[in-house]
Amino acid sequence: MLAEAVTLETKLSARNVHMTFTRDGKSTPVLNDVNVDVAKGEFLCIVGPSGCGKSTLLSAIGGFLAPTGGEVRIDGETVRGPDPRRIFVFQERGLFPWLTVEGNIEFGLFKLPKAERLSRIAHYIKMVGLAGFEKAYPAELSGGMKQRLEVARALAVKPDMLLLDEPFGALDSITRLIMRGELLRIWREERNTVIFVTHDIDEAVQLADRVAVMSGRPANIQKIVKIDIAHPRDISSPRYLELRNGILEQLGLAHQI
Amino acid sequence: MSHVVDSYYCRELPRSDNLTFMLYRLGGWVRPIAFIAFLLVAWQFAVSRGSTRLLPGPLETLGGIADLVRHGLLLKYITASLFRVTWGFVLAAVLAIPLGLFIGWHRRAEMAFNPLIQIFRPISPLAWIPIAILWFGVGDLSSVFLIFLSCFFPLLLTAINAVQRIPSVYVNAGRNFGLSEAGVVWRVLYPAVLPQLITGLRITLGVAWIVVVAAEMIAVNSGLGFLIVDARNAGNRYDLVVAGMAIIGMIGLLLDNGMRSLEQSKSLRWDYSEE
Amino acid sequence: MSALAQPRKWEQVFWPLLAAALLLLLWNYSVVWTKTKVFPSPLAVERGIAELLGKGLMWAYIGDSLRRVALGFCAAAILGIPLGLTLGWYPRVNQVVNPVLQILRPISPIAWIPVAILMFGVGELTPVFLIFLAALFPIVLSCVSGVSNVPAIYRRAGRNFGLTAPGLLARVVFPAALPQILVGLRIALGIAWLVMVAAEMIAVDSGLGYLVIDARNSGKRYDLVVAAMLTIGLIGLALDLGFRRLRDIRSVRWGFRDES
Repeated sequence: MLAEAVTLETKLSARNVHMTFTRDGKSTPVLNDVNVDVAKGEFLCIVGPSGCGKSTLLSAIGGFLAPTGGEVRIDGETVRGPDPRRIFVFQERGLFPWLTVEGNIEFGLFKLPKAERLSRIAHYIKMVGLAGFEKAYPAELSGGMKQRLEVARALAVKPDMLLLDEPFGALDSITRLIMRGELLRIWREERNTVIFVTHDIDEAVQLADRVAVMSGRPANIQKIVKIDIAHPRDISSPRYLELRNGILEQLGLAHQI
Repeated sequence: MSHVVDSYYCRELPRSDNLTFMLYRLGGWVRPIAFIAFLLVAWQFAVSRGSTRLLPGPLETLGGIADLVRHGLLLKYITASLFRVTWGFVLAAVLAIPLGLFIGWHRRAEMAFNPLIQIFRPISPLAWIPIAILWFGVGDLSSVFLIFLSCFFPLLLTAINAVQRIPSVYVNAGRNFGLSEAGVVWRVLYPAVLPQLITGLRITLGVAWIVVVAAEMIAVNSGLGFLIVDARNAGNRYDLVVAGMAIIGMIGLLLDNGMRSLEQSKSLRWDYSEE
Repeated sequence: MSALAQPRKWEQVFWPLLAAALLLLLWNYSVVWTKTKVFPSPLAVERGIAELLGKGLMWAYIGDSLRRVALGFCAAAILGIPLGLTLGWYPRVNQVVNPVLQILRPISPIAWIPVAILMFGVGELTPVFLIFLAALFPIVLSCVSGVSNVPAIYRRAGRNFGLTAPGLLARVVFPAALPQILVGLRIALGIAWLVMVAAEMIAVDSGLGYLVIDARNSGKRYDLVVAAMLTIGLIGLALDLGFRRLRDIRSVRWGFRDES
């Protein structure tokens, strides 16, 4: 099902993406005819239950997996491999434990001259709110701080796109709420295109411009919901609840426990 | 149309056991064997071209093995070495493991004995040779003692370490359900340490196999270690020396693989949460 | 683990001293009661140590042993670490080479002595070679295992930031594998120390291992034998403890968080 046409410039275009994994003679289709367009500067969320292909789709977009069918194009070019212009943000497990906070942020900046590197490191440490922890190691940071560090490391190379794979999954729910606000704040400053994968429907409705709802395996995009509430979003407003319930129904889930 | 999502469906599929898979596994042996064959050829080549007349090539070594078989010595020597290893290893295990579990369980015991163990451990079993001869004379008992020593300290430490690594949640759960101290030891501690103990036993068996060669230097008159020392001393039979080395290597490998398959047995694999 | 009360700080010193004292007493009295003429009492050993120190032999022998271990160990590290990293990086090569290593590994360094003497003659090089051999395998194997245990997510992140294979190896894989490599080095050092003793019993005439055998052979000086054994134990322990300090370096400390 094609996304509705966007008036802004299209950054990413996925067409007829199929992904089948073959192992020891058995093939498992994971993605089945996924089609989606993402506009430049847009915040798109992909929702679905854990393990049903959302991460696979994100890996295909990032260039870590080649689709067995169809293609993904970014800025008109077919995606052929990983690239610093689209940086993955993991669940804080991707941080390098042998480097300090500064060291991690500096990691991708090896092509820049020293002065530029230092200024970027300082800028992003301040932006994500880790000032004072420059020399700390990831093991010494809390979960939320580690996540901020990952975001800072990703942003430091000034990518066009950020690909986030359930980044707040390991955090407690209070920290998660705070981090969502932080992410939006940073996004407004940097204005990268963001694709954010999550299993948390509330999170998707709170953050995204549009939400792509995935089906079960073999997955495709069932529906794309446009979230037309302006930021900051009131999470008790009728419109919010309406959109959220719509997605719940789309996934076949009841509203009551 | 909405699709009901069934996350149960999203689990990883189990490995298949069909023919393709098995053939694939067998094919994996071709290259290592080819590599070994290549090394053997290179060795033979180097020996026949080289100036040293003494260092034997693989063909000579095979001749040496055949020699041993003809004199009925091969099986005799292998058995002798295995015999000593088994005795030393089993004695060490029977003593060290209960002792280690006890020491690991009681903090004060560990505090008391750990420094002593740490001092004894780096002392090579061979350094005990004079004392072994003093206490046990020259012969089998001495070599068994050396093997015992080489296994005792590693197994002791493995047992201590295994107990200390038991997550305290297991112990607390045991106590929560009303187990007595003995009950906790038998129903929580023992199963919990088993995987690590088996791994420790495997590694220590390998150590024992290495030490038996050295232990047999003390004037015993059989065994693979004896073979190597004697073959050289009594006539520079380097083909027998290398034959002995080759056999030692192969048997050591077999012992290790045997222990590994024990490690893999289902009832012990609770320790590995991923396939 | 047991439900007894938590031990107090002073107990950390008390219990080991108690155990050591008991051991010394046991030793001393078993020597006295069995009226052995040969086995030394603790005091005899202490006098033996003093004698060796007085003759200047103790430090000389310690130096010789340490030198041989250092040479063999460093040679093993210099060859073994790159080899292990390569094998870990190319699993297909490892599949081919590993069986050979597994066959060679169980062959005791002692079994190599005749071949070593044949190749290097009687002298310094033989023990160094044996030590080198013994240390090589743990180093290579721990490097292989260290590299293959690097979580895929780190490699992914590295590639994401634009690193190619050499950069990945140097900036991601090696630092990530370093804790495990250090463990392998420490184990290899322990093995080297053990093998040194064995290697020095043959074909050299200095060093702690030589002292053990020589003290017995030339006059049944068991007091010196035990003195040598104690020295071997203490220095081996010191080497191990010293190496463990490396774990505290901050850029590897993260890898040792599970250890006590």
